Amino acid sequence: MIPAEFDYVAPATVEEVVRALTEAGEDAKVMAGGQSLIPVLRMRLAAPNVVVDLSNLSELTGVRDDGDSLLIGAMTTHYEVQRDHLVRDHARLLAVATDTVADPQVRHRGTFGGALVHADPAGDLPAPALAMDATMVIVGPGGRREVPAREFFVDYFTTVLEPDELLVDVRVPKLTGWSAHYEKFNRVAQAWSIVAVAAAVRVTDGTIAEARVALTNMGPTPVRATGVEEALVGQPATAESINAAAARAAEGTNPTTDGNADAEFRSHLARVLTGRALTAAVGA
Amino acid sequence: MRITVSVDGVSYTDEVEPRMLLVHYLRERLGKTGTVVGCDTSNCGACTVHLDGHSVKSCSMFAVQADRHEVTTIEGLARDGQLHPVQKAFHENHALQCGFCTPGMIMQSIDLLADDPDPSEETVRHGLEGNLCRCTGYQNIVKAVRDAAHQMRPGAGPEAEQVAPSPSHAGGGE
Amino acid sequence: MTATAEPEIGRARLRKEDARLITGDTRWTDNIQMAGMLHMAVLRSPMAHAKITGIDVTAAAAMPGVLLVLTGEDVAAEQGSLPCAWPITEDMLAPPAPSLAVDEVNFAGEGVAVVIARSDYEAHDALAAIDVEYDELPVVLDMEAAVADGADLVHPDLGTNKSATWVFDSAEAGTGADVDQAIADAEVTVTRTFRQQRLIPAFMEPRSVVVDPGGGSITMWSATQVPHILRWMLAAVLGIPEHKVRVIAPDVGGGFGGKLQVTPEEVLTLLVARRLGKPVKWTESRTESMLSAHHGRDQIQQLTVTARRDGTVTGLKVDLLADMGAYLRLVTPGVPILGAFMFNAIYKFPAYRFTCVNVFTNKVPTDAYRGAGRPEATFAIERLMDELAVELGMEPMELRRKNWIKHEEFPFTTVCGLTYDSGNYEAATDRAMELFGYDELRQEQARRRESGDPVQLGIGISTFTEMCGLAPSRVLGSLRYGAGGWEHAAIRMLPTGKVELITGTSPHGQGHETAWSQIVADRLGVPFEDVEVLHGDTQSSHKGMDSYGSRSLAVGGTAIVLAADKVLAKARTLAAHLMECSESDVEFASGQFSVRGTGTSTALGDVVLAAHVAHNLPDGMEPGMDAECTFDPTNFSFPHGTHLCATEVDTETGAVKIRSYVCVDDIGEVVNPLIVEGQVHGGLAQGIAQALFEEAVHDESGTLTTATLADYLLPSAADLPHFTTDRTVTPADSNPLGVKGVGEAGTIASTPAVVNAVIDAVRHLGVDDVEMPCTPMRVWKAVHQGKERGVPTTPVAAGGLGSIDAQGGAE
Repeated sequence: MIPAEFDYVAPATVEEVVRALTEAGEDAKVMAGGQSLIPVLRMRLAAPNVVVDLSNLSELTGVRDDGDSLLIGAMTTHYEVQRDHLVRDHARLLAVATDTVADPQVRHRGTFGGALVHADPAGDLPAPALAMDATMVIVGPGGRREVPAREFFVDYFTTVLEPDELLVDVRVPKLTGWSAHYEKFNRVAQAWSIVAVAAAVRVTDGTIAEARVALTNMGPTPVRATGVEEALVGQPATAESINAAAARAAEGTNPTTDGNADAEFRSHLARVLTGRALTAAVGA
Repeated sequence: MRITVSVDGVSYTDEVEPRMLLVHYLRERLGKTGTVVGCDTSNCGACTVHLDGHSVKSCSMFAVQADRHEVTTIEGLARDGQLHPVQKAFHENHALQCGFCTPGMIMQSIDLLADDPDPSEETVRHGLEGNLCRCTGYQNIVKAVRDAAHQMRPGAGPEAEQVAPSPSHAGGGE
Repeated sequence: MTATAEPEIGRARLRKEDARLITGDTRWTDNIQMAGMLHMAVLRSPMAHAKITGIDVTAAAAMPGVLLVLTGEDVAAEQGSLPCAWPITEDMLAPPAPSLAVDEVNFAGEGVAVVIARSDYEAHDALAAIDVEYDELPVVLDMEAAVADGADLVHPDLGTNKSATWVFDSAEAGTGADVDQAIADAEVTVTRTFRQQRLIPAFMEPRSVVVDPGGGSITMWSATQVPHILRWMLAAVLGIPEHKVRVIAPDVGGGFGGKLQVTPEEVLTLLVARRLGKPVKWTESRTESMLSAHHGRDQIQQLTVTARRDGTVTGLKVDLLADMGAYLRLVTPGVPILGAFMFNAIYKFPAYRFTCVNVFTNKVPTDAYRGAGRPEATFAIERLMDELAVELGMEPMELRRKNWIKHEEFPFTTVCGLTYDSGNYEAATDRAMELFGYDELRQEQARRRESGDPVQLGIGISTFTEMCGLAPSRVLGSLRYGAGGWEHAAIRMLPTGKVELITGTSPHGQGHETAWSQIVADRLGVPFEDVEVLHGDTQSSHKGMDSYGSRSLAVGGTAIVLAADKVLAKARTLAAHLMECSESDVEFASGQFSVRGTGTSTALGDVVLAAHVAHNLPDGMEPGMDAECTFDPTNFSFPHGTHLCATEVDTETGAVKIRSYVCVDDIGEVVNPLIVEGQVHGGLAQGIAQALFEEAVHDESGTLTTATLADYLLPSAADLPHFTTDRTVTPADSNPLGVKGVGEAGTIASTPAVVNAVIDAVRHLGVDDVEMPCTPMRVWKAVHQGKERGVPTTPVAAGGLGSIDAQGGAE
């Protein structure tokens, strides 16, 4: 299939990107790695007048140590995230979730920022970002602003980004020494998650001191399983307490029904997979 | 737009529409029909090529994005009439039937071996999860990739590079 | 030493085809470029059933690079009706099947207009500018609703959605007893309904057609399995003189029955190329392929089996509804009929009745897909045997063993009147059970049941046979098929001793160039490398019936053997003449003719050269050493085998994991074990995919919601297990090679093995069926509902009897 015609710009700076977006208005599409956008253009499900390619923004690539946080450039590819030692050491949940994204070829092109802005409810990176309390660093005509992940995702494929704004960095607070697991449930290796669970825990002397749990595809946006987190804190890192907490995983979720799963099954999966994710994380 | 792309060691300069997919540029403009298109959604991986030494799906890239980059296709693997060890292993292990997925499978297998020169069966299967084959049931493909790993191991350095397409790929995986 | 010191037949030769396929030097149809070539794109209906009330092409026709825009009305006078070669009954109803819809669309994806432009980019841009107005009609999707009284009609002119009803009754045919009597007398009766979901062949190479109308005749390249049939049908449909059409199937990237078709796009590309006097190419996108290339399977199967308490089966009654889709394509109506003779499978049923109702719906037509009719039959009977075993409280393999044809009973004439020439079900089964570790797995299963392990183990059996080697022409005639089942081969002995083999088979991944070279090398004693196989071009290979139905080796390979024998017979005469001896004293071995008891000999190559120069031939002998043969088989061939699958079913998520898969196939003699193994692997992958992953789904408006490979789930390497394969060899009696065919075996056998394993894992939790594909949700719901029904969860002993409640399994 063949995309409709469009104008193409590949600015070299963030300022030029913002200017290009401001000029194009609603008719522009930003292309990061293009791994979701290009199939959509090929199927002519979208036909923007202008495609603004971010490939030349080398300033948005790479992971930096910023004290208590990591600053991950929005154009850092999944492949780079997977192999980055800062991510491995301080944001393990993100590393293991990125391992499950799409396939190796797509991970070579696809970017962390692109995946977050795409905001696919079945995408595998919004939930870890939410679980880790990441903050989105956004640049627009009015300058920079920072939006926490819990406010960033608005609806299906929708974020707070305005058409003339750009995600430039993701600030991920370090969870050094935490253990983490991303439990993904899908039908074939390439398929989107039916449900997935991002879990990170800090265990001290056999007790769960802190816990972060977020769910993929249990609603239009990623969902933080706060009930599970509350139930875990202060409990022994045992199968019993994990399972008791996991029973609350579907609280406050709004799962959809599709060909792979109805809402009932998704809710059930959320509970089972939360238990498994936590168990794998703590090694219980 | 004017682009300059190196493909299989030859530099080309062309005027292309921004919307032209890299795979169409390779096939229609350069006559590199060894790389094929199998789907619209980047699932099948038949169009896999290397961009600066890393595997990518050439149906999910625009030709303009390859400007000033180096592309290696299945047609650029053999050197001086010598097949790449992965090509040879596919032949020797009967890892292909209709052969339509084969160029993409071989390109992805080479990428996989660059990241892990001694992959387990499991690693190979996961490393190929972005490439679909409808004929082989994958068993002989997995066998071929592991066989190629063994063949390449003694000379994983210099000897493999002699037949490797682009020096840039030899350092792939970083 | 000659090149044939090691026998060629049975040798694991590496494939000749690979050299071009691994280097990107392949000739796919879409690779063809010609000076002045134009591109065609097809606008497809988004509606499943609607009147076309208006099409405005003005804007599209004015777009840059666009030469022509045509609607159905524009081609109505010349497009004819797409052929159906298999009118299964005298009163079968068949609607006209236009290549481009004229005033009504009957499935979503049907072509309504075409654009011909300088480039495919421009052609696709123009599609978006065509304005079509539709008036929606009621959409018919569900087969059971379609045959109910007062149903909405797909083709109101036909007055019904039933295309045909086809019946085989063993009592009427005189091949067996009366099944109603068997039911009346039965000690045990089990009735089950199974659904064969709709599948998409999903060959990797999308279809492509190039037509060059130049030079006073028409040349078509097409990604087809059937160049010969296509040429014939193009002539028949379009009224073009057959000798003015040449069809070439270049390298073809898989088919699986999906390219056994005469397609609308082949007809349209030809029509527009002829109209414009320019070469035209059409290549489909994957989505177009999913939407418009024919689908497979899609049946509702109701079966009743009767048996005595001791497990002896006494009767089988089969009632099918088969979804034709909106039109009858090349062999659409015959696909379920290919299964009619296979429901009785390897078992000695004394009474049998098969009834099939072919039904129209507003969906893409169905047609051949790997196995075509036989996987459906095998699935149903192998599932049913497991259900009967539960009903009887018998071990499922013991039930099969009790009823199958013993090896000493061959040849065996079945309740359908087919004569199975050879087989040894005991040998294949014993070997499979040994490789599988059957008893150990049953013990582990019992342990897991007892401990209430959330991951339960299931063991699935499929002891299958199939009929292939299509087909004796006389039988096809009796089934009202429109063509013969023979195959043709010709051997050209070149003056330098090289050999050209021309075959009417048309490979698309099967490795005929390699295997056929082996056969020729074996028979003629020439080096393997000296044989070139010509195929897939109606000009060089003018005569053939192409490749499908696991026929190429059993039928086409036999034609090669017989043609080679003709070469040798003539060469022997000439050799005797040249060596000045009696023909009866001439011996032939490894490419050498020698005079018995003397040191005199001459090589075949020298005899061929002598025949070519013709300086010294016996009186009346024609120059040259070429020969040809057309072979028409007298019987089908009957591969069989035992497939065993162990699945781990996660009762908490419904996820199914295949832990081990063992199959022992008996496909008779083997020409190339490497190719055979590859065919089995690929077949297993497709059969397993039907069991677990694939399903073409339509929404209530008739839109295919699985029209991409992101939605229609093909398994990747990461989703399939390692297969353990082995063979037993019982040569076929029906051909000189003793071969049976292997193309479809894996697909036919594996689906029920997997589903039986899934159900076996959770039967003790109250599950007696899971619809295909066995998705996590379906499995989990079955377990969940089974538990809710409160079916006893008593662990059962090793032997895997499942629920031994004698009444529980039957309905």
